[in-house]
Amino acid sequence: MGSRASTLLRDEEIEEIKKETGFSHSQITRLYSRFTSLDKGENGTLSREDFQRIPELAINPLGDRIINAFFPEGEDQVNFRGFMRTLAHFRPIEDNEKSKDQNGPEPLNSRSNKLHFAFRLYDLDKDDKISRDELLQVLRMMVGVNISDEQLGSIADRTIQEADQDGDSAISFAEFVKQVLEKVDVEQKMSIRFLH
Amino acid sequence: MEVVWALGQVGAVWVALVLGLIVVPSALGVSLGISEAYMWLLVKTLEWATIRLQKSAKKPQPPRIPTANGIIERDETPMEKEIALLHGADFEFSHIFYFCRKGFEAIVEDEVTQRFSSEELLSWNLLTRTNVNFHYISLKLTVVWVIGVVVRYCFLLPLRFSLAAIGITSMIVGTTVVGQLPNGSVKNYLSEVVHLTCSRILVRALSGTIHYHNKENRPQKGGICVANHTSPIDAIILTNDGCYAMVGQVHGGLMGIIQRATVKACPHVWFERSEIKDRHLVTKRLREHVADKSKLPILIFPEGTCINNTSVMMFKKGSFEIGGTIYPVAIKYDPQFGDAFWNSSKYNIVSYLLRIMTSWAIVCNVWYLPPMVRKEDEDAVQFANRVRSAIAHQGGLTELPWDGGLKRAKVKDTFKEEQQKNYSKMLVRNGSVGSLSAETESD
Repeated sequence: MGSRASTLLRDEEIEEIKKETGFSHSQITRLYSRFTSLDKGENGTLSREDFQRIPELAINPLGDRIINAFFPEGEDQVNFRGFMRTLAHFRPIEDNEKSKDQNGPEPLNSRSNKLHFAFRLYDLDKDDKISRDELLQVLRMMVGVNISDEQLGSIADRTIQEADQDGDSAISFAEFVKQVLEKVDVEQKMSIRFLH
Repeated sequence: MEVVWALGQVGAVWVALVLGLIVVPSALGVSLGISEAYMWLLVKTLEWATIRLQKSAKKPQPPRIPTANGIIERDETPMEKEIALLHGADFEFSHIFYFCRKGFEAIVEDEVTQRFSSEELLSWNLLTRTNVNFHYISLKLTVVWVIGVVVRYCFLLPLRFSLAAIGITSMIVGTTVVGQLPNGSVKNYLSEVVHLTCSRILVRALSGTIHYHNKENRPQKGGICVANHTSPIDAIILTNDGCYAMVGQVHGGLMGIIQRATVKACPHVWFERSEIKDRHLVTKRLREHVADKSKLPILIFPEGTCINNTSVMMFKKGSFEIGGTIYPVAIKYDPQFGDAFWNSSKYNIVSYLLRIMTSWAIVCNVWYLPPMVRKEDEDAVQFANRVRSAIAHQGGLTELPWDGGLKRAKVKDTFKEEQQKNYSKMLVRNGSVGSLSAETESD
């Protein structure tokens, strides 16, 4: 009597995803409904076009970078596991998780992993450094055509200057973290709270 | 031979019953109370089913919150406020967090795409098609479900199909006959009678229970009736209670035959496909129609496409540029008895009608709202939004500024550019550029 959608996700799979991402049973089934509703081709994977069909995401200046984060290197399709793994970065950090065992693998939604995620949005060539060019490109995405090249360049220079500590005119992950943590509560800003 | 004769007898009895118990009373506008009894039984059964489902739930289920309220917490503070207050208006690496989170919120749940698929039900209504999150519960429930299937497919479907056939045939024949008469008040009167009668038969064909509210605000001649759009049967729901001049594109097939027949009796406005593209032509024709106060009110659905009846999307301003008095109407279906929404990307019209005819019933509320006229200082877009708010408010629907056309088309780039513009304004306004020239005094 179940519909096609819910019978495709078996209990064992739900358990595995629960362990890997920390989402609850009901959250996983809800997100699975969401996944299948986005999957217009009904082949169990999402393509970039499927994401682009979400109007609120398509108008987001960083929409393309965000969509890119779901797709592993060189691939054009993401399955449900991959979808959940990326979404897991935005799961809020629960209090009982803060002092979990240090021996286990770091949960996907730890503060460090959230920061890594944001860092990767800037680091276009994945060389673990944000260069001036990369920063300029991301800035250009965010401001569109409304700011001139010179002005944008100045903004980029200032930003790098402020954060750069070892003088190599590029921002490493450590410098990024130091800069960001001074101003912002990462757990709160990079989390999406589920209502139930 | 005997079999044929027996079948013939059964067929005759069937037709007699249908005609006597349903067609004639509905033609006369009289109710025999059969549908009321059916609805009462249906409501009782569904209530029983709901209680059973709640009792038998193995794990204590959290109370199911309708998806209209959202499954995630959304923070609606505008971009400027959030970024400026919390991150500082000069560019920071952390600004990206805002866009990132907004993006992920949209991926998990967005306001728009959910409107193009059927509303989720709070409790199962014993139809297989809505059984998404409900699993096997108990034997009794399954038995009731099986009975339901038998009743719906073996009894209700043929009944409804015959009624629909009778309704459509009488519409075509009736309007063709009336169309032969010379123009005049007799013709208009007869045309109204034919349209109303056939509409009533068709509503019975869907087991429709419609509650009309505020009938004193019913659209008058020379006006424009505007309503939210959920399904092709919206038109039938409205013509059940009054006569309208329909507006639409000329189709082929059965629909085309109906269109050609009805336009002879009553001045419906049918456009060729090529004419529809010419907005001026469309506006001109509609304006001429409205100017003639003796003509029936036009019926328009300004959303342009079917939405799933949980919200009202952008009204296209074309209908509001014609002038004249607008009579807004809000239509809200009760999804518990049958889902009226036509998901045209998923189902074609035939499978849609089949689903409609195998649902329990179509129950809806229709509210006639007081007429509205465009104010002096309003432009068409503002007027459209004002009418839309009134309809949404009355029907208990949410209002969305998004275009229903997003069902198929991509969102326009101008919206993204607007976001970029707002962000840039914020960066530049707060002197982030100005302060640089003071700082970068390299030596």
